[in-house]
Amino acid sequence: MSTLTALKDVTFERNLSFRKLKGKIFEILAFFAILLGIAMLLTLLVDVFLDGLPWLSTRLFTEFPSRFPEKAGLRSALQGSIWLMFLTALMAIPVGVGAGIYLEEFAPQNRITRFIEINVANLAGVPSIIYGLLGLGLFVRQLGLGRTLIAGAMTMALLVLPIIIVTTREAIRAVPNSIRQAALAIGATDWEVSRDHVLVYSAPAILTGVILAMSRAIGETAPLITIGALTYIAFDPKGPFDIFTVLPIQIFNWVSLPQPAFHGLAAAGIIILLIVLLSMNALAIWLRNRLTIHW
Amino acid sequence: MDNNHNTVLETKNLNIYYGDFLAIKDVNFKVFRHQITAIIGPSGCGKSTLLRSFNRMNELVPSARSEGKILFNGEDIYDPSIDPVEVRRRIGMVFQKPNPFPKSIYENIAWGLKINGFRGSKSELDDLVEQALRGAALWDEVKDKLDQSGLSLSGGQQQRLCIARAIAIKPEVILMDEPASALDPIATLKIEDLMRELKENYTIVIVTHNMQEAARVSDYTAMMMLTGDEERSGTVIEFDQTNVIFTRPKDKRTEDYITGRFG
Ligand SMILES: Nc1ncnc2c1ncn2[C@@H]1O[C@H](COP(=O)(O)OP(=O)(O)OP(=O)(O)O)[C@@H](O)[C@H]1O
Ligand SMILES: [Mg+2]
Repeated sequence: MSTLTALKDVTFERNLSFRKLKGKIFEILAFFAILLGIAMLLTLLVDVFLDGLPWLSTRLFTEFPSRFPEKAGLRSALQGSIWLMFLTALMAIPVGVGAGIYLEEFAPQNRITRFIEINVANLAGVPSIIYGLLGLGLFVRQLGLGRTLIAGAMTMALLVLPIIIVTTREAIRAVPNSIRQAALAIGATDWEVSRDHVLVYSAPAILTGVILAMSRAIGETAPLITIGALTYIAFDPKGPFDIFTVLPIQIFNWVSLPQPAFHGLAAAGIIILLIVLLSMNALAIWLRNRLTIHW
Repeated sequence: MDNNHNTVLETKNLNIYYGDFLAIKDVNFKVFRHQITAIIGPSGCGKSTLLRSFNRMNELVPSARSEGKILFNGEDIYDPSIDPVEVRRRIGMVFQKPNPFPKSIYENIAWGLKINGFRGSKSELDDLVEQALRGAALWDEVKDKLDQSGLSLSGGQQQRLCIARAIAIKPEVILMDEPASALDPIATLKIEDLMRELKENYTIVIVTHNMQEAARVSDYTAMMMLTGDEERSGTVIEFDQTNVIFTRPKDKRTEDYITGRFG
């Protein structure tokens, strides 16, 4: 009763139409914000496509870079990107997913674990150039690997590792505890629970995270420039210990040349890079929508 | 008290802590073979804690710690030489909220058999799956859709699937924590009928908030209540045959609780 009488003394702002107006204004502002974002993206795309479409041809895939724009292609850069992706995935996925599983399912809840967890999260926010400097100092010089694919891939693996660990942990955390209990209660060991349940149910989300991490690695340029990935490579990389270049570096190189023809080539390269990135992201989204379990 | 039945589970001066908090204190009671034992009592008095300690599920709570003994066929399951995995294989559990695996109905049953070392042929496995589903009175409803996800079933069917999963590996005891609380009255009656059938082959311990349910299905009843200085730790204040507890309880608090005059 007493609360009811207390309410009577409060004066309410009864001006409903003004409150609705405020909501409307906010809605319009938000709409313009998103419009601005989309407009800028569209301008960029249209610009790139206008410049690049005339240069888009199969020659880009078959020819090495050249001083003559009509003969120049992305062959070595494409192969370099594929090699780099492959080697990076080979190192980063097992380590990243393994670390994520360990931290979520097996690590004791103590200070050391928490310290590691916080630092992994922080590492995900470190600027990529720092990884480049680390790669240069550690892999290229200290380990004497030189400016090879393997040194580049190790640098990239370090770069995407925190992303993979964090997304793996999130994917694992999304598996309800009741499922772990159900499995343990019929006499499963921790490992059996992880192997047949937690990992299986979180695999789509882990895969999504891995693809997004890889698409990040494909577009990264700064760390590779830092470790000195060469820009003029006129042969097919044969193995992990060859020197290399990658798509974004080749594009960067063409943009920095004075002849306008190379700018057209660069735009064509950007189109190819965009297609690769967008298809990877689309695949990730498709996987997430398609395979995720609705508890 | 009727001592003719042989004892499967027995707690001796059992204390369970969460951190510094003594959740249940000095619990002494017995579970008899092929009987249904109900644990009743007000919310927060430690019924689930006690139940989970019988198959060592409670130690999955990081802060949980126990003192005293729980004897299973005379052997202390908290002895360091005992593997909790083995305890859980022999003492199964059905949870309050149905928790089937997001796998096929078939796989929900078969998985437990496989990890527990089943090495027979496919047709033998099929037979065991069918047996478990029949045992849980679910076979007729799912026999044509064994490959569908366990999550596609109704709540009551999911709970019976969980019971089937528990009995498939032939435990001696099945612990049930309010197994029917998420179900409608008809599904509840089905589960109760099922429990009466299961007691032919299994020993059942059930936690319930529903007095009628305890009176209908159980043979023995343990009444839990908060006691101690500040009434913060739960304990079993009375344990007897269900008809005794419900008709002539010795403890005034039991009588008040059962007749709804509690609190
Ligand atoms: N995981 C936990 N961590 C800390 N304290 C807990 C935990 N689980 C239970 N407790 C505490 O232990 C006491 C007993 O809880 P328990 O869940 O066993 O009660 P209950 O009798 O099953 O209650 P309900 O009828 O509401 O299910 C409560 O005070 C509760 O807060
Ligand atoms: Mg409970």
